[in-house]
Amino acid sequence: MSHWPLLSLVTFLPLVGAGFILTTRGDAEIVARNAKNIALSTSIIVFLLSLLLWIDFNPATAAFQFVEEARWIKIGGFAINYHMGIDGISLFFVLLSTLLTVLCVAASWQSVHAQVKEYMIAFLVLETLMVGMFCALDLIVFYVFFEGVLIPMFLIIGVWGHSNRVYAAFKFFLYTLLGSVLMLLAIIAVYFNTDPHTMDIPTLLASSHFSFGLQKWLFLAFFASFAVKVPMWPVHTWLPDAHVEAPTAGSVILAGVLLKMGGYGFVRFSLPLFPLASHYFTPMMFALSAIAVIYTSLVALAQTNMKKLIAYSSVAHMGFVTMGIFAATSEAVQGAVIQMLSHGLVSGALFLCVGVIYDRMHTYDIARYGGLVERMPAYAFVFMAFMLASVGLPGTSGFVGEFLILLGTFRVSTLECFLAATALFLGAAYMLYLYRRVIFGTITRDDLRNILDLTPREKAVFAPLLILVLWMGVYPSSFLTPIRASVDHLVQQVGAAQAGQRASAE
Amino acid sequence: MPLAAAPDFLPALPEIALAIAAMVLLLIGVFRGEGSTRLVSWLAVLVLIGILILAARLGLDRHVAFYGMFVTDAFGLFMKALVLIGSAVSIVMAMRYNEEHQIARFEFPVLVLLATTGMMVMVSANDLITLYLGLELQSLALYVVASFDRDSVRSSEAGLKYFVLGALSSGMLLYGASMIYGFAGTTSFAALAKILIGASHASPGLIIGVVFVTVGLAFKVSAVPFHMWLPDVYEGAPTPVTAFFAVAPKMAAIALFIRFLIEPFGGMLAEWRQVIVFLSVASMVLGAVAAIAQTNIKRLMAYSSIGHIGYALIGLAAATPAGIRGVLVYMAIYLFMNVGTFAVILCMRQNGKMLEGINDLAGLSRSQPGLALALAIFMFAMAGIPPTAGFFSKLYIFVAAIDAKLIGLAIIGVVASVVGAFYYLRIVKVMYFDEPAGAFDRPIAIELKAVLVVTAIVTLFFFLLPDPVVGSAEAAAASLFPR
Repeated sequence: MSHWPLLSLVTFLPLVGAGFILTTRGDAEIVARNAKNIALSTSIIVFLLSLLLWIDFNPATAAFQFVEEARWIKIGGFAINYHMGIDGISLFFVLLSTLLTVLCVAASWQSVHAQVKEYMIAFLVLETLMVGMFCALDLIVFYVFFEGVLIPMFLIIGVWGHSNRVYAAFKFFLYTLLGSVLMLLAIIAVYFNTDPHTMDIPTLLASSHFSFGLQKWLFLAFFASFAVKVPMWPVHTWLPDAHVEAPTAGSVILAGVLLKMGGYGFVRFSLPLFPLASHYFTPMMFALSAIAVIYTSLVALAQTNMKKLIAYSSVAHMGFVTMGIFAATSEAVQGAVIQMLSHGLVSGALFLCVGVIYDRMHTYDIARYGGLVERMPAYAFVFMAFMLASVGLPGTSGFVGEFLILLGTFRVSTLECFLAATALFLGAAYMLYLYRRVIFGTITRDDLRNILDLTPREKAVFAPLLILVLWMGVYPSSFLTPIRASVDHLVQQVGAAQAGQRASAE
Repeated sequence: MPLAAAPDFLPALPEIALAIAAMVLLLIGVFRGEGSTRLVSWLAVLVLIGILILAARLGLDRHVAFYGMFVTDAFGLFMKALVLIGSAVSIVMAMRYNEEHQIARFEFPVLVLLATTGMMVMVSANDLITLYLGLELQSLALYVVASFDRDSVRSSEAGLKYFVLGALSSGMLLYGASMIYGFAGTTSFAALAKILIGASHASPGLIIGVVFVTVGLAFKVSAVPFHMWLPDVYEGAPTPVTAFFAVAPKMAAIALFIRFLIEPFGGMLAEWRQVIVFLSVASMVLGAVAAIAQTNIKRLMAYSSIGHIGYALIGLAAATPAGIRGVLVYMAIYLFMNVGTFAVILCMRQNGKMLEGINDLAGLSRSQPGLALALAIFMFAMAGIPPTAGFFSKLYIFVAAIDAKLIGLAIIGVVASVVGAFYYLRIVKVMYFDEPAGAFDRPIAIELKAVLVVTAIVTLFFFLLPDPVVGSAEAAAASLFPR
């Protein structure tokens, strides 16, 4: 298979599907059905193709694999190449994107009624941009995908969202745009401060040495972009709004993949390109992460809106991730990557869980529910499984990530580790409290007495997520092995750069 | 050299041919009467295409004519191509509108041709006299075109405003030119450049002269604080005229601006850079902030164009080949985005009446999805969101700015672009998120449809094949700088 441009195929096949949907004509009913079928089959084919990446992936090397390179623009020395490739860090993010797209299309089967055609096109375009972003090996190509994601997401929130969707869509777009444009300037500065000038990510990773003063500024500019995407406290305020207003599938992609773009950016760029600045800013990152985990966990406890609660829990979980990344030990970074994957699956699943009862009752208000276990035993089971995975129960994916992060961080900062560990307790508190209010108790409201349990289609959506969460929790080696070589290489490189600076300072 | 006695007309052949063609078309119009508008319009378009081919055939090499007062080079060709395309498309877009508003007169295409002649002279000016000649030829034709709907109060007002303020700016420009002549003793660009190479510092009189000419030119490109006329003229003039104003004269004025500052006064970079930086920052910020409160889409486009000029001026402030390349790429892409947007605005009619309110676009995505998609593409492009062409135009500008160490300017630029993104997004929001207000008249005129499809495809898929535009901009920019 190595002669196939597999990455480009995975990246751009969704666009082909979108093109087919665009050409469907006729009765609204038929168009909607065809659009759904095309979107589902396209996304399944893309997912199967992306599985080939995993199968053919060589876990022994830290180098980029499935590399494709083509000249794109080269005028007057300013060269931009179409350069794609994946390593252990990006591999599973590609798979996460392709998997969640399939599930999102399936989950929207009956909950979207208006403009189904456009909805499916938006998701397929979004898939292309997400996958492309994780595969891009040229800074400008990366940036194009990174910022391009804003367009379909803006439309998804704004067109198919709930009552306050316009405000949320604008906030989402402008917040993230402000961060990204500063990163664009930093990207250009990176280009002019390398010799020879280059935008090529592998070349930069292997041989860039910026002065400490420059690194600080570049780090802050990249930080502006990634911190908003993650999102880190205090720039997280767009997230609860975006989640509450977005349609269910939009929330799933937002929490499952878009937030990971920030964490991925930190691992891919901030840490290896600016190792000295990363070291310099580690106390700041630790402080912000600790605030994120503790403060947003407390905020989550006080929520009365289910989606908002899960949104705040996302901020807390991503706080763990940033902490692990900047601890910069092998365990912590591996843990951060696993935690991102786990959070992608778990929070995606939790939003789907919320979507299931929203489809039936059309409200996110926790107080409107209660006693669902009587009518919906299967739902209660599924919700419980993901709730516990979110809390980090051993045997679920959440545990593996959090444990590795704490293990790795402990070696760097005991205090930080302690602070983060308190959040585990808070996390259990708000999730169990949510679960008790929604699922347990007795049904007191009349309209809940006829609520129906999961349909086979919904079960089919949850099944792969549940299997993966348990697989990752029980046998994490399947996932850790491909990640390890790349992360080890990265941590070693960062350590060497920091040691080099210490040596020259003495 | 026996032939030196006669001026070499060859480099100016396209301009001469265009002027003659304009007069021939005028004659055709006069003899065939009012019914000849369509014929004259299409002939004018053909003439513009022919002139473009002719200019391209003359090649990229540098030639001077009329004893060094007139120059053609790769830079001139690039900008002339933009001007000619802009004018031709404007005539095409105006036909149906003018017929429907009972202002279909054959003078319109003739005036556009004459204005275009002036613009081409501006682009090729190599002397202060030629500069003024081209500028006035262009301006006089434009004043008339602005008030072309002579029975409409708004249109007449727009023309008058444009005339008064245009005359003011011409006066300042002339005053600056006389100062330059007084202190340097020459009006020739080449001679001025030579004087400045030898001088250790420029004389204050010369600086005052350059500043006054810069102010005059800033009026023409409508950079803040010399922008006040623009929103009123945009709003008052008939929409196809506004479309014409938004593309062709802008191209010519910015070309003149670049040539004037880089070729003769490149040696005074330290003196004029601060002026350009100020104009740029003020334009970007005002363009972004003032547009937010607009409810009329033509006024919004006016503020948007003020903002865009601010970005283009970043490249001029860099004053490097990369910077000028950035401006040229920016203007080329801006041409397509702007023409496309105005094509959509020309489609905004209900029951035969033109609409100009932003809220009239409500729900367009449901009533006319194709039109809404096209406008959304243009709006995302104007906001500079990848992968649209607008991203690449900003990219090349910022690359030049960072390279020239204008980092503060670049940061202000990107922050202003985020503020600006708000009002572009608002249009997308109105079209996609709001409930339909009522469908526009159909069918859309075939020529408008063609313009829309072409500009939308260019704007969206520019990233697939950027090399031709960027490459010729590169060559054009290089031709301004002595090797």
